[in-house]
Amino acid sequence: MTGLTAERIRAGYQDRPVVDDVSFEVEPRSIFGLIGPNGSGKTTLFKCMCGLLRPFSGTIRLGGEDVSRIPRRRLARMAAFIPQVHAVTFPYTVEEYVLMGRYPHRGRLSAFTREDHAIVDETMEMLRIDHVRRQRIQRLSGGEMQRVFLACGLVQRPEILLMDEPTAHLDIGHQVRLLTMLRTLSAERGLTVLVTLHDLNLAGLYCTSLALLDRGRIHARGTPGEVITRDTIEHVYGLRSQVACDPYLNRPHVYFLGSCERENGES
Amino acid sequence: MRGPATFLALASLLAVTAALGVFLGGSALPARDIVDALLHPGGDGMAQTVVWQLRIPRVLRALVVGSSLAGCGVVFQAVLRNPLAEPYTLGVSAGGALGAAIAIMAGLSGIPMVALCFAGCFLSISAVLAMSTFRDFSTSTIILSGVVLSFLLSSVIMFIFSVASSREVHASVLWLMGSLGGTDALSLPALLAAMLPLLFGLLALARDMNLISLGDEKAHLLGLSPGALKLLLLGLASLVTGLCVAVAGIIGFVGLIVPHAMRPMAGADHQRLMPAAMLAGGVFLLLSDTLAQVVLRPYELPVGVITGIAGGVFFLAYLLRSSPPEVI
Repeated sequence: MTGLTAERIRAGYQDRPVVDDVSFEVEPRSIFGLIGPNGSGKTTLFKCMCGLLRPFSGTIRLGGEDVSRIPRRRLARMAAFIPQVHAVTFPYTVEEYVLMGRYPHRGRLSAFTREDHAIVDETMEMLRIDHVRRQRIQRLSGGEMQRVFLACGLVQRPEILLMDEPTAHLDIGHQVRLLTMLRTLSAERGLTVLVTLHDLNLAGLYCTSLALLDRGRIHARGTPGEVITRDTIEHVYGLRSQVACDPYLNRPHVYFLGSCERENGES
Repeated sequence: MRGPATFLALASLLAVTAALGVFLGGSALPARDIVDALLHPGGDGMAQTVVWQLRIPRVLRALVVGSSLAGCGVVFQAVLRNPLAEPYTLGVSAGGALGAAIAIMAGLSGIPMVALCFAGCFLSISAVLAMSTFRDFSTSTIILSGVVLSFLLSSVIMFIFSVASSREVHASVLWLMGSLGGTDALSLPALLAAMLPLLFGLLALARDMNLISLGDEKAHLLGLSPGALKLLLLGLASLVTGLCVAVAGIIGFVGLIVPHAMRPMAGADHQRLMPAAMLAGGVFLLLSDTLAQVVLRPYELPVGVITGIAGGVFFLAYLLRSSPPEVI
């Protein structure tokens, strides 16, 4: 079981820090949601967590090991990072693309084994993309594309899965199905999941714990009920709201009432 | 299974074109004489000399250069993530030609000449790469900068030739337009000995090229160091292009047409695309060269004219067909 901890992370680009003094802990097998307005530093934190960006200071530990000291290929077997849906230049088929997730497990010249293909088949079936396996990636819809990217990450057989805004560009049906799938993966396979989300209600519904980022710092963290409150929403997003608690699921639900009249106008 | 069928078809095509290349050439020899020459290699008759001294070496040269250029096209396309990249459109061949022109003027041949060609190729690709990363160029802007670089280098080459003596110029200009007739600069055995290990090296990197073609970030996330590998791939491809230029001058568009024609057949996976493109590149260049010798017999066209026409038409068709280039 691998969890992830961030200790006093200060990170950014060139000399300008985007996030500062950020600490949080992701429990093994949990679904941890990172929420916050645009530009609050979610993607920067994500890049640090998967080793794409080295923090100025602070450490990120994966199962107790400093991420910046883990060799790349081993890191790729421990953690899978699913970027937002992006362009793929060449006409790979779905199956070819997903199979690339097995590269970290095989040497440069060793062929893929039956096990690799079995893992790919099983994952494509689970994500319901096996019927498009021979199609070119460019021909897929946004929902299928997101599942193909997820499949590529899952065949890495990671212990922790990081997804940056996986629900962006998806309709509500696909959003809910994707998050349900993540919950199943976490419950049945013991996968630790870390996602960034914009929809506070979906975040409250599917995440076991949340951290709310505001201008590069953690404004609140804890259970959804602790993080999603009228005060935090007003402070971070500048929105008036009413937060109810779903009586069956015991999860917060936000009703937005409009923008706050702030003295400084928009920040 | 499209894979094995494609390779079988390519291999048979290769055999047929190789035979064609031996039986057809600059001079019209009766087929019977050629068969006789093939069966009795030792003799010193006219047919024997033509077949063993001219045609077979030329067939081999065309196959190797064609394979190499097509392979380089695949490499440049994957590394730059640009479906229009190839040694000619990126100005890499022109860089090599400048190196070769300098070598010719300095009276160099063999390894020093190849070294100058390689340096020219590598500097050109580095320049294009630097420009594209500095300004974050789009697909078509990278190609535009490659074409501009090509013009620039060609002008420098013309300048060098225009201040040189006329006898050297005539030979060099012909060679520059692309010719597989062979040069004194690099013998066929030397070419084969240098090129084959390089081509196998590129084939061995095919799987890494898959990851590279997904972009630096994705390659990194799948456990690869893209920077070092890209440098290695570009270095190898520059060396291969440099050898091609040293032995056959500038032959354009082979690296563009062939990978594009092969992707629908062999797939985008570089582990199949690379070998398929190499086989098809050999076939394409050999056919072009045979055609170049036969159409206006007894005059021989530079092979670059044939590939240039084919490539130009292809390039235009591609641009017209896909207004936003093949990127989603």
